[in-house]
Amino acid sequence: MTYQFDFAALLPYWPEFVHGLWLTLQLSAMATVLGFIVGTLCAIGRADGPPAVKWAVAAYVEVIRNTPLLVQIFLVYFGIATLGFRIGANTAAVAALVVNVGAYTCEIVRAGLESVHKAQLEAADCLGLSRVQTYWHVVLRPAVERVYPALTSQYVLLMLASSITSQISAEELTAVANRVQSDTFRSFETYIVVGLLYLLLSFVVRIAFWLVGLGVFVRRRKLGTAL
Amino acid sequence: MSAVANPTRAAREDTPRSPQAGAPVVRLHDVHKSFGALKVLDGVSLDVGPGEVAAIIGQSGSGKSTALRCINALETIQQGTIHVCGHAIHDPQLDRRALRRDVGIVFQSYNLFPHLTAEQNIMLAPTCVKGMTKAQARELAREVLSHVGLAEKAEHYPEQLSGGQQQRVAIARSLAMRPKLMLFDEVTSALDPQLTGEVLKVMENLAREGMTMILVTHEMAFARKVASKVVYMHRGRVWETGTGAMLDDPQTPELRAFIGNGL
Repeated sequence: MTYQFDFAALLPYWPEFVHGLWLTLQLSAMATVLGFIVGTLCAIGRADGPPAVKWAVAAYVEVIRNTPLLVQIFLVYFGIATLGFRIGANTAAVAALVVNVGAYTCEIVRAGLESVHKAQLEAADCLGLSRVQTYWHVVLRPAVERVYPALTSQYVLLMLASSITSQISAEELTAVANRVQSDTFRSFETYIVVGLLYLLLSFVVRIAFWLVGLGVFVRRRKLGTAL
Repeated sequence: MSAVANPTRAAREDTPRSPQAGAPVVRLHDVHKSFGALKVLDGVSLDVGPGEVAAIIGQSGSGKSTALRCINALETIQQGTIHVCGHAIHDPQLDRRALRRDVGIVFQSYNLFPHLTAEQNIMLAPTCVKGMTKAQARELAREVLSHVGLAEKAEHYPEQLSGGQQQRVAIARSLAMRPKLMLFDEVTSALDPQLTGEVLKVMENLAREGMTMILVTHEMAFARKVASKVVYMHRGRVWETGTGAMLDDPQTPELRAFIGNGL
């Protein structure tokens, strides 16, 4: 085996890599925030909603968890176009990722909600808190704190899975890599670099989640104990 | 141990808010409640006047906790009427939020919110329900915490407190809403004797200050000493009612057996 590595051939493309990296980060961040909101609302709907909502959420979760992400991305991208709306590939990518990760978030957060004892809800009710206030102040924070490691892993996976949106020519990191390797014919080097960049991104996402956790879970930060 | 020479009751009778004065704060009339085929309340009637302390005693399964939960609209009843502080609890149109402003309840398992400090636990309802600012609510929290002797624990989380302290914080949390009626559901059953003592002391002080209270309890000595009305429940019915002295002179064989078993 006498393969000659030539990473220098990639050097002229560094601004594109940076651009791709940045876009991947943006896509992931948006999908994370929106997906968390969608997933959490679904989890509450499934745990505490009227029967129609419970069924709708259950159907959504099962459909998403049992179909490939790539198919979902195509469905969102071409589906929206067929309906007559013109949206960019990046927007479609975020939409598809939100739909996807929302379903997984729903299941994780639901486990968290179930861990909150009914007596907590009763205590909040007896103090006069409304349903919304109870969820916001009493239920969500302990629920999310308990499943936070699982959520973190899920959103790292989401960031990695965003590479698939290169298939609808969203301009993220993997799409950049595809173009660079077809220009330079240095496929191996290109994907080594991209792999390392994803590793870096994973690290960044984990750090970000850790920092958010420190800010939100004050009790845990101060006492260091599990809830 | 007789109730006659009791300084607590003597003090209560001197106050203008003496028991029995005015319309009842709580009135249950012929209340029936079943869980499926199991009849839990079988025609319960009970009046509690302003400033009264009513202790409900009885075996497990006698319906005493259910009765308390019905008073706070935590259970729906099948028959009868319940009036609490002017609210018709049996009415399907009941304004629960209005009821919650008038009635506080403390549970056996404390039910403090574990992710909030003692102070934050107390501040939550005043800010959410009464629209207080954080500063006002914090001041109020400090006030009620010192009332239960825990001023220095404001910044502590529930897990850093003993069971007795947690229960006192739970009492303070209810008091912060300035309820007209306080319900206590076996609040000392999970505590050892020493911690039980510190919680009972807080409750005794409340009683002395004229708070209307209904407590479900297994603490016979406390019921005898502090309660102005003792209600013995048996098989879902009010079996015997009287003052604390009733425990020294039970009229029914069931109460006699119950007290005998308890001693």
